[in-house]
Amino acid sequence: MGIRFVLLVNKQGQTRLAQYYEYLTLEERRALEGEIVRKCLARNEQQCSFVEHRNYKIVYRRYASLFFLVGVDNDENELAILEFIHLLVETMDRHFGNVCELDIMFHLEKAHFMLEEMVMNGCIVETSKSNILSPIQLMDKGF
Amino acid sequence: MNPFSSGTRLRDMIRAIRACKTAAEERAVVRKECAAIRAAVSDNDQEYRHRNLAKLMFIHMLGYPTHFGQMECLKLIASAGFPEKRIGYLGLMLLLDERQEVLMLVTNSLKQYPTEISTIQTSISLVLLYVLWGIFVLLKWHGILLLKLNDYFKVETQTLRKKFGYSICAPSPKQAALCSIRIVRKVPDLAENFMSPAAALLKEKHHGVLIAGVQLCADLCKASSEALGYLRKNCTEGSVRILRDVSNSSYAPEYDISGITDPFLHIRVLKLMRMLGQGDVDASEFINDILAQVATKIESNKNAGNAILYECVETIMGIEATGGLRVLAINILGRFLSNRDNNIRYVALNMLMKSVVVDSQAMQRHRTTILECVKDSDASIRKRALELVCLLVNDTNVKPLTKELIDYLEVSDEEFKGDLTEKICSIVERFSSEKLWYIDQMLKILSEAGNHVKDEVWHSLIVVISNAADLQGYTVRSLYKAFQTSSLQVGLVRVALWCIGEYGEMLVNGAGMLAAEEPVTVTESDAIDVVEVALKSHSSDFTIRAMSLIALLKLSSLFACFFVMHLGLLYEMTSQLLCISCRRIRELIIQHKGNFELELQQRSIEFNNIIQKHKNIQSSLVERMPVLDESTYLGRKDGSSTDVPAVKPSKANLSGTSLNLQNGVTKPPAASMGDLLDLSSDDVPATKSSTSDFLQDLLGIDLGTPVPSGAAFSGGSDILMDLLSIGSPIPNDSSPPNSVSSSVANSSAVALDKFSSLTSTSSSLSSEALTIDPLRGIEQIIRSPPSTAPIVDLLDGFSNHISVSGNEKPDFPAITAFESNSLKIAFSFTKLPGRQHDTQIKATFTNKSSNEYTDFIFQAAVPKFIQLHLDPASSSTLPASGKGSITQTLSVTNSQHGQKPLAMRVRMAYKVNNQDLLEQGQITSFPPGL
Repeated sequence: MGIRFVLLVNKQGQTRLAQYYEYLTLEERRALEGEIVRKCLARNEQQCSFVEHRNYKIVYRRYASLFFLVGVDNDENELAILEFIHLLVETMDRHFGNVCELDIMFHLEKAHFMLEEMVMNGCIVETSKSNILSPIQLMDKGF
Repeated sequence: MNPFSSGTRLRDMIRAIRACKTAAEERAVVRKECAAIRAAVSDNDQEYRHRNLAKLMFIHMLGYPTHFGQMECLKLIASAGFPEKRIGYLGLMLLLDERQEVLMLVTNSLKQYPTEISTIQTSISLVLLYVLWGIFVLLKWHGILLLKLNDYFKVETQTLRKKFGYSICAPSPKQAALCSIRIVRKVPDLAENFMSPAAALLKEKHHGVLIAGVQLCADLCKASSEALGYLRKNCTEGSVRILRDVSNSSYAPEYDISGITDPFLHIRVLKLMRMLGQGDVDASEFINDILAQVATKIESNKNAGNAILYECVETIMGIEATGGLRVLAINILGRFLSNRDNNIRYVALNMLMKSVVVDSQAMQRHRTTILECVKDSDASIRKRALELVCLLVNDTNVKPLTKELIDYLEVSDEEFKGDLTEKICSIVERFSSEKLWYIDQMLKILSEAGNHVKDEVWHSLIVVISNAADLQGYTVRSLYKAFQTSSLQVGLVRVALWCIGEYGEMLVNGAGMLAAEEPVTVTESDAIDVVEVALKSHSSDFTIRAMSLIALLKLSSLFACFFVMHLGLLYEMTSQLLCISCRRIRELIIQHKGNFELELQQRSIEFNNIIQKHKNIQSSLVERMPVLDESTYLGRKDGSSTDVPAVKPSKANLSGTSLNLQNGVTKPPAASMGDLLDLSSDDVPATKSSTSDFLQDLLGIDLGTPVPSGAAFSGGSDILMDLLSIGSPIPNDSSPPNSVSSSVANSSAVALDKFSSLTSTSSSLSSEALTIDPLRGIEQIIRSPPSTAPIVDLLDGFSNHISVSGNEKPDFPAITAFESNSLKIAFSFTKLPGRQHDTQIKATFTNKSSNEYTDFIFQAAVPKFIQLHLDPASSSTLPASGKGSITQTLSVTNSQHGQKPLAMRVRMAYKVNNQDLLEQGQITSFPPGL
């Protein structure tokens, strides 16, 4: 499976973007997000970016007030996921221009489009920023 | 505009939600928005559909139910414009839950599209939906899908491509591959359909297609061994080429990450290689070179490079790599381990875990580094390192490793102690070769982290101590010393209490001193101090208090023994003569007689009685536990992982002592006899003179039949029943003194019952019941009680209250209800307390003739104001000449109690030598008041 979910959470622990690649009920999602947020946000800068949770791992990275949390299977390459998070942020940066929490909130669907181009079925499928952004630009142009 | 109308812009809704101060406010806003959207949905509002769905996505993200939006998604998908379609799919993917009926609906509404796949609008629908959700509710769809997929794999020149590139929005080999991955995961049987297209994908140039193709190959390898064989043959070369190309490629700005071209593709290919090379020497040989090349070429100063190196090492460890390559991999790991970056150290430990089976010798070289990681400040790293250490432990290094870990236990975080303790305990248990070492280590753990030690662990420690006869003295002294510094560690306190209770005398007299042991002087009062501290500590739980009480009881016996031995005064001991230690112990025990825990209260009173009044049986009652059986204990531990109940040790203690008693009868029966007589003569002076005659009478008349007793005194008759049932096994012992004592016991019990019926009041009854209850508690715990002890106790309890006198109460004497030449019927009466109208009559039939009666039937008739219920008779055969009897119980309710007496007609039908006989009569001689 690889990636199980991608979560964006702000400093206060509010979810700003959530994409699951396995089916969870609404209650399970809320519970999971709560547990993870409590676990990850309590860690400090010096500690490593990986947290084991239930039977999988969470790789997380903090950008200003936003936490990017990615749940992965145990055999996934954690360092590569860190790199993936960075790629996602760079892609958003290129589109929004110095992306911030509000950009993602107000353009939730665009953030989702980017994520969908990058990750399908829990596999990373596109790593070129221009390839990821071209369909979105098409839509912006009113195709 | 009203901010909550359906015309609200997405932005405004988000602002409104963000402005909410409390969760309740947020819920209110969301509820209003949802209502507006529902209204728009039912109005089939076209204009805002797009916007409403975006809102729903946001609301869904906040964790509110949004299932009503699913149909809106389908409508959007069916609309003409691309943005509407796109958001329709996104919404469907996010909002769709796995409820069957919705899935069916979605599937059916999309079913028409495969036939008209030429337009943009429809083409994206099929692919997206399949890739995203892989709905295989209708398996017959497979045929159509596979057909289309084959077209997609070949798609080369299309106008769509110019617009969309390899985006997931348009059909392309990449979509086909993703779609196939979905299918293979859901239905592995279909793997063979995709083997050759997958192999062909590896020749593509576009990274997106390649990465999807490589992933498809990996999934195929997992799905079927046939596909694995095929891909090994056809793809090994292809994957090596991809890796070589991407690692040698010149700067490619689109895919470059810190100087490396597309690390994600690197990693995917390496993963595929691991699958291909695993357990296959030929494929591994093919891969070896490129692995070596990548592993040496990649720079490890950036995260992306390290990610590739990490994957590379894993692949080297996973395949049948050459020795040189393995050394290279281990060296990379060593470098990772000494890296300052915690992320890198974490993955190194992770990797070492996987490699330890492959090459444990090489791992041992990193042992010290790993031990350092156990002490890291980062919880993730500590956890990994600790698991790794457990894997590295073997017979040769267990001692230094355990020492290191235990040393660290002293300084580790409170939250980490649980994990750490568990692991150390498992290491110590697994690798302990000598008991002394085991006990030493466990004591250290207990004194450092006794609060984190699981019950099973200290239970098994006790089993080991109990089996190590030569170490018991040493252990109890070490525990004593440890207790002085760590009296707040629950596990240590429990083990210490158990050992002090069992081996208290070794603590005081220093028996079994080991050569290397530091001598320590402990007095009796020091030992009691320990128990007192445990008993009174505010942090002590119920188990500790219970164990303390038992330890005290045991100590009282151990210390008293010394005293008695000095003076030679076994039987003369009375409460006035208790030694100082015993008196202190008693004071401690008695403090708990008002404890809120019923169990503790009960024990406290029992133990006090034992110490105070039953010196003679005490030593045998609290003898040392028999050696616990290691094999059964371990067997039980393996068999069930459920926790042993916390109070188990205390119960085991008592049942163990009762066993002792059974095996060796240490108490002379004569003494108990003396006790009994003494007690009755001291405490009941009023009846003293007639006691023996009375006893004789009772023996003669009533021993065989239950004694009729006053309605209010079922308590008393219960005691009697207890006594009779306890006393009865004794005559089987065939030792004369015993049977004497039993008959005396019986008779005196009956006598006491009589007294009680004469003297007790309801108030004395209730206090009596209170005294007796705890004593009965002892009986329940001592499963096979020594016959004499409870009797003595009962008498004790009774003697306290016998002097309380009260009103006399009418009793109902037994009557001979009917007598003929051939048959006699005796009635005895019982009234239940508080039920004046009801009487239980026990009828006893005796045959006076010399012939046996068969088919005996007793019938009775009563006047209308009386209700009668007959229980079944004990038998239908009545032996000749009074050699046996039939009993039958009658329940009678006299509705005019006090006004009219009982009256009854009876009829007995039976056969003598097969001849029917009938006798009848009328009974009017019922005692008054029934």
